[in-house]
Amino acid sequence: MSTANYQQETVFPPPLIEGNQTFHSVTEAVCRVVEAPPSKGWLASFAMALLGLAVLGVSVGWLIWEGTGVWGLNQPVSWGFAIVNFVFWVGIGHAGTLISAILFLFRQKWRTSINRFAEAMTIFAVICALLFPTIHVGRVWLLYWAIPIPNQMGMWPNFRSPLLWDVFAVSTYFTVSLLFWYTGLIPDLATLRDRAKSKIAYYAYGMFALGWRGANRHWQNYEKAYLILAGLSAPLVLSVHTIVSFDFAVSVVPGWHTTIFPPYFVAGAIFSGFAMVLTLAIPARKIFKLEEFITVRHVENMNKIILVTGMMVGYAYAMEFFIAWYSGSAYESWAFINRAFGPYWWAYWIMWSCNVITPQLFWSQKIRQNMTASFILSIFVNIGMWFERFVITMSLHRDFVPSSWDYYRPTIWDFGCLIGSFGLFFTLFLLFLKFLPAIAIAEVKGVMPQADPHWEGYHDGHHSADHAHAAGEKHHG
Amino acid sequence: MAEARVWGLVAQFDDPAKLLHAAEGLRDAGYQRYEVWSPFPVHGMDNAMGLSRSKVPWFVLAGGLTGMTSALLLQWWSGAVEYPVMIGGKPLFAFEFATPVTFELSVLLSAFGAVFGMIGLNKLPTPYHPLDKIAMFRRVTDDGFFISIETRDAKFDLHRSRELLESLGGRHVAVVEE
Repeated sequence: MSTANYQQETVFPPPLIEGNQTFHSVTEAVCRVVEAPPSKGWLASFAMALLGLAVLGVSVGWLIWEGTGVWGLNQPVSWGFAIVNFVFWVGIGHAGTLISAILFLFRQKWRTSINRFAEAMTIFAVICALLFPTIHVGRVWLLYWAIPIPNQMGMWPNFRSPLLWDVFAVSTYFTVSLLFWYTGLIPDLATLRDRAKSKIAYYAYGMFALGWRGANRHWQNYEKAYLILAGLSAPLVLSVHTIVSFDFAVSVVPGWHTTIFPPYFVAGAIFSGFAMVLTLAIPARKIFKLEEFITVRHVENMNKIILVTGMMVGYAYAMEFFIAWYSGSAYESWAFINRAFGPYWWAYWIMWSCNVITPQLFWSQKIRQNMTASFILSIFVNIGMWFERFVITMSLHRDFVPSSWDYYRPTIWDFGCLIGSFGLFFTLFLLFLKFLPAIAIAEVKGVMPQADPHWEGYHDGHHSADHAHAAGEKHHG
Repeated sequence: MAEARVWGLVAQFDDPAKLLHAAEGLRDAGYQRYEVWSPFPVHGMDNAMGLSRSKVPWFVLAGGLTGMTSALLLQWWSGAVEYPVMIGGKPLFAFEFATPVTFELSVLLSAFGAVFGMIGLNKLPTPYHPLDKIAMFRRVTDDGFFISIETRDAKFDLHRSRELLESLGGRHVAVVEE
């Protein structure tokens, strides 16, 4: 970018959405996707996703029928794909909350056209995540033991265990994300209700829109609730992956028992989450012709976040290696040498290549603005971050006593659950794209220049501005 | 009384600027029971209407305190009173290990306070509203800006209120029946 160009952009920031949009054209562009009959592309993708969901059904059904022995678990590797997939999916969810809550609090208005999308991703990813600990307990019908409810055995859960903290953290995270998403959806559901052509659509959207009609007294409470939810979600999202990392860090296993885990996990979660947003958004903006809303600028901004968080993760990889040596603990040092050069060396180097090396290409603006390159690199990050969790979990295969060492080999049912979870995720995501507005209509309208009552395009702008200011003074005083 | 009772008046406005200006006009004329309707929250409207602050934060505070207290009580009572089990020499209760669950439950109940407080204060769900009968009002969730005045307002007068709405830039002023 030339200097003149840069200065111009600083003085006159570029519009957040492109094209000459009116309020009505925004409604049309977003609702069109929902109201049009499903395209061939959508139907084909949905069929694929359902196939994946069927794989999940069979894999989970067999697991529950036969027991966790169908997985490749052994002693000492009693945590296999289940925990890897759990941490992977929870991490994916984090970018959604970051975009919806933290960027909202920082007044990053560019987030408005991607936040709905990213929040939906959060919810579906957390559903996939919650599946894994649920089925990993083996006897799923005893899952209620993890919940503090009075029972006939007179027992209570052990609140000293990080695994129980995790139950609370992830279920709170899911509930709050769902509430946040739903709150954001209410005005847009009302838009779909008022445009509905069929009775079914009218009543379905109408029921969930709760009779929203855009009264300003309602908007006032709504905006306050939304702001508070954002304020609550911001520390919540940081706490969730911190507590997930406690599952590992509070134990005494070499390679897990480190204080760097909470920030390292949070950075990794944001990193992988933004990659997943790109993986979903780049094809979706093309297929649904939403390029004027999810612009090149959005993609570029997300690529920058990937570059930054990728380097944080790289720093953590290097630092944990250094600390392992510096600690002087023989077990700790050896655990890291074993990670890099032991039986799972290949996983370790896939992790480094995909998470630290390939994202460096984002230093180039050409690559950041290139959709194909961004999409491919986002896939690399997804793979790399799955392997990061695999590498961490596989610390178990070499424990303190060499006689119990073993090698974890996933079975077809492990892969069935992993592939199936993608089926579940994409089934939910495609249903979302088809039945709900993928872009926050009311919020996008709110950041358009003509939404500001004092916009220069309105003739009485100056007069009104003075008036409002004076009124504000009067009523605050 | 064969005719339905009149609920009030509604007028459409062209854009957020005119809407804000008209809301100020009604406030200055002493109206109380009027409402501004827009597809998105218009910046500065709360002051223009002279509204007091939203009460949602009080619900959040109540939710947060309930969550915090109940989480601490639950962990202390279940672990140290009802079912004390010695595990790894750890104390039966300590604030340190109680922090994560306490934090999560405080956030959870605060979020319930925010969402359900908002829904309750707004008296949602509201399946029916007299304005639903006005065809143009459907545009309120698309690109329509409206102001309504209820007959219950002490200042309400069918002719003078209509004239005021028109003088403030309101178009298609319509009588709304209950």
